[in-house]
Formats: sequence, structure tokens, C-alpha cells
Amino acid sequence: MAALTQTAPVTATRPDERHRRGKARWAVLVGAAVVALVMLVPFVIMVLNAFKSPGDYSQNGPLSWPHELYTQGLKNFWNRTDFPVKLWNSTWISAVVALAGVLLSLLNAYAIGIGRIKGRLWVVTLFLLATMLPQEALIYPLFTMAQRVGLSNSGWSVVIIFAVIQSAFGTYLLASVLGTFPPALLEAAALDGANRWHILWRVVFPIVRPTLVVLMIFFFIWTWNEFFIPLVMLTTNDTQTVPVALASLQGDRMMDAPTTNAGALVSLLPALVFFLIFQRTLTRGVTAGSVK
Amino acid sequence: MSIETATASRPTAGATDPTRARRRRRRSSRLGYLPYLVPGVLGFAVVIGIPFVMNVVYSFQKWKGGEAPHHWVGLQNYVDLMHDTQFWTSFRNSFAMILAMVVIPTLIGLVLASVLFDYLGKTFGARTAAVLRATYYLPQILPVAVAGVLWNWILNAQTGAVNELLRSLGVDHPPNWLGEPRTALGSVMLMLVWVQIGYPVVVFMSALQRVDPELYEAAELDGAGWWRRFRAITLPQIRPETFVVVLTCTVAALKVFGPIYVLTRGGPESSTLVPSYYSYLNFFDKSKVGYGAAIANVLTLVIVVVAGIILVAQARYERKEGVR
Repeated sequence: MAALTQTAPVTATRPDERHRRGKARWAVLVGAAVVALVMLVPFVIMVLNAFKSPGDYSQNGPLSWPHELYTQGLKNFWNRTDFPVKLWNSTWISAVVALAGVLLSLLNAYAIGIGRIKGRLWVVTLFLLATMLPQEALIYPLFTMAQRVGLSNSGWSVVIIFAVIQSAFGTYLLASVLGTFPPALLEAAALDGANRWHILWRVVFPIVRPTLVVLMIFFFIWTWNEFFIPLVMLTTNDTQTVPVALASLQGDRMMDAPTTNAGALVSLLPALVFFLIFQRTLTRGVTAGSVK
Repeated sequence: MSIETATASRPTAGATDPTRARRRRRRSSRLGYLPYLVPGVLGFAVVIGIPFVMNVVYSFQKWKGGEAPHHWVGLQNYVDLMHDTQFWTSFRNSFAMILAMVVIPTLIGLVLASVLFDYLGKTFGARTAAVLRATYYLPQILPVAVAGVLWNWILNAQTGAVNELLRSLGVDHPPNWLGEPRTALGSVMLMLVWVQIGYPVVVFMSALQRVDPELYEAAELDGAGWWRRFRAITLPQIRPETFVVVLTCTVAALKVFGPIYVLTRGGPESSTLVPSYYSYLNFFDKSKVGYGAAIANVLTLVIVVVAGIILVAQARYERKEGVR
């Protein structure tokens, strides 16, 4: 997943047969480029039509260049969804989940991977099974429980649920990373009189930090993109997240082509920006983790 | 994946463990590492364990939700499921979801990754391959609700981009893509293929990085063309990753909810109904909580069985490879 910036090694040797297929290679390149173009088309028409007036759209169709920069669609969407509120909801929920999820994963993985507690295989299997569960099999009890404890329609219910769900995967991954932790380091620390708590934070944590950062980025993006549980748990305008707000506007009469497209555009921008910023960290983190 | 495999192999710790542990145990309690598991196990119980058990209990009841009374009905909900055509339709559509999210993207992904790595990357440079790969991956970073809203508009009968285009080309009555039972499922599948393709491409390409380049060079020197290298080197070498992709995507295809909710809500005439959406419908729309819980439990069972089959198949394959 994190391999976007890695580059394929170019082989130095170029056998003669390559040169004989002078034309074939262009055909293959064009073929691959056409596939890329097809993948891009939905994005392109989204951007084209986000800033095109409805009249312009019905007259000149979806593929024309907009005659003027029409921003009413964006304003419509922004005001109707109260977008800054949605942005803030999505951001704080995803950030807290990322932090709490990684912390939970680390504590679990410390006990399983380094502590090698009894029955650890069962624990890991249980966590792995949990990642496969359909959320539908949990949602109604969770919904009722949230109402009982006064967390209905609260972002905190979503935070608690996803911190645990994400940590199921995180535990599985980190436990296998910590399972191969150099024992010499642990022994040295133990001889120096460090207890388990100190070993966790002064020896283990600094070394696995790059992996934790990668995990945190994934948790953030995954939580940001989640749909089903926020849809059920967050029922009013002031608590909803960005994807839920966008989806719940569907079928609304106000949603003409520019409003829909501008809405889709601003809703995907945060994920895109976040991804571009951390793309480097992702690759670096994965490699750093594996070198150690 | 590389994190697990590339780390230094751990020396057999079993022999030294007891003494080391004893030394450390002088300071801390006899509980050992168990306290570190407390937050995780507590969270697991509250968010996954207890709700799952409660859901199983609900599935033996008739309950309208909220303050309404619970009535025990035994296995009645499951018996009803067996005679419910919508239930069977939803699972039949799961096959379509697997086709669109697993089979087609994996096949296309294998070819694309191999072409990019073994052909274009070498002829036109690694940059070209990297740019193409990033483009294929782009739909993967979209929130699925956003992708759904975008495609819902593209395929909209009246104002959608596709039909605007068709009308300008002289088609009088372009199809109502998402609104007719005949075309709805195909349209949903089209979007899912578009969303999914990037994932296998990226996984397979990073898998190919660890294949010894000499294998390819030797094959090329022997005069093996791209297709023969693909079959003799690429496919066998990245089989572990293929299993991972098939497993994760199949589980995701069985669980799919967001795209259906945003694109069609299971309609028209249940032509795009899937189990997860059918269960949601019973929970929150029809107020048949017990019935919805039963659907979710059957879905869980199906997922676990299917995942088990894939894992067993993988283990068998690896053993067979090991013997050879």
C-alpha cells in the first residue's frame, strides 16, 4: 500500500530483442496510458463541472471547459452542510482514533510479541477474526449501548469503536514485528534494572516508532473514510462526518451538478492532501522498520 | 508485509527465557505482562465481544427495537430467512460483488503490474511506471462515499454526465443506468472495478521488487517473451501476495455497504441488494431487529468460512511447493 514512491529497479542490460520490437513497445505504452486515462476521467469531469454554471452544463455538456468560474455550487455545498463543522468532526475523530488505536496496539503487542504470554496464538487469532467481522453484526448492540451510557449521537462513541477495531489489525501487525525484536537489547535493559514499563517506553518504543507512525497514518485515513458506523451513530448535522454529510445530501433538490461535484471535490481534498504529505513518511517508515 | 519478513531472525529464545524472566520478575508482580493486555481486552470485550454475543441473542428474538418488548422465537428468524427470496438475492449479488472487487481487479492487476514492472519500467524507465501506478491507485484514496456520490451523478438518468454525452451524440432515450433492474448491477460493478484496480497493482508491484532480477534476465537471454516470463516467473513468485489480495478483497466484497447505500440503496427491485444492506434495512428501516441480526450472523458465518477456505488453500499450496 505504501509503495507509491518506490521505483522499480531498471536493469542495466538490455538484450537485443528489445530493439526489434520498436513499435510494439509504443503500443504497450499507449495501452497502459489509456487505462490510466480511463481511471482519471471521473476525476477530470468532476473538476470540470464543479465550477460550471447549471446553464452552461445543460447547454454544453459535461466535457466542455467552463465558460466562467462559477463558485455558487461550492458555496451552496459549503453552507448547506456547514462544512467547517463536518471537517472538524472528521479531523478530531480520526486523530483521536489514530492515537488511541496505536497506543492500544502497542500495549497489546508488547504483551504478545515481547511478553510472549500464554495463549498468545489464541489472542492473535481472535483479533484477526475481529478484523473480518461485518460491522452489521455489531452495530445494533453498539447503538443500544451508546444510548444507555449517554453517548448516542456523540463522536466519542465512534472514537471508542474505531480505536478498538483499528487496534485489532494493529495488534496483529505489531505483534509480529515485536516478535522479532532483538532479545539482546531487552536483556541489556533488564540488567540495567529497567522494569517492563521502562523497557517499553525507553527501549521498544523508540525503535518501533517509524512503524507506529505508518500505522497511525493508516488509522487516520481509514477512520476518515469510514461510512457505515458514523452513518448509524451520528444522526444530527452538528455531529456528522464529511462522508456522511455528503452522502446524506443525495436526492436533495439543491444538489445540481456543480453542487454535487464541488461537494465531492472538497470532500476528497483532505484525504488527498493528507496522503500526499505523508506519502514519503509511509515509504520511509516501512523501510526503516524493516531494516532494524 | 515487508516489515515481518525482513527483520533479523530471532535466535531461539526458549533456552534463555526462564533465567531472564526470573531476573526481571524480581521487580514486578507475578502477573507478568498481562496488565499490558488489560486495556486492549477491555476494549475488545466492550466493542466486539459483548456486542457480537448480544447480536446472536437478538437473532433468536422478535424485537422492534427501542423500548419494545423482546419475544423469544428460537430459530424462527433463520427459518424465515431460508424462505426469503430477497435474502437469497442478496447473497447471489455477493457473487457479482466478488466478480467486481476480486476476480476482475486481480486479473487486470496481475497483467498491469507485470507489464509496468517487467516491460514498461525497463523500456521507458522507472519513472513512467511509477506515474502510471500512482494514477491507477488514485481512486483507492477516495472515501467510498465520495466515489459513490460522484458516480451517482455521472450515471444519473437526467443530469448525469454519461447521458448528457449520449444525448449530444443523438441517443434519444439513454438508459437509466442505476434506475433499471437490467443495468443497475452492472453499473455498480463498473464503479467497484474502478475503485479496486489500484490495490492489486500496487501490492503486486511491490511484491515484484523482491523477485531476483536475474531470474528475468536469464529468461530473457533464453529468449522467453513477456507472456512466458509472466507465466513462468511473475505468477509463481508473487503467489503469496495474490493470496493476500484475494483474501482481503473477498472479505471486503462480502461486507460491501457504502457503495450500495450511496448508489442504489439496493434497488431497483432488489437488483443490487447485498447482505449488509439488507441487514441494515431490517435494523433501521423495517424495525425488524431480530431478523436483521440473523442476516448479519449468516453473513459473518459465510465470511469466516470463505476466509477459512482461502487460508487452507494457501497452506496446501505452500506445502506442495515446499515438497517440490
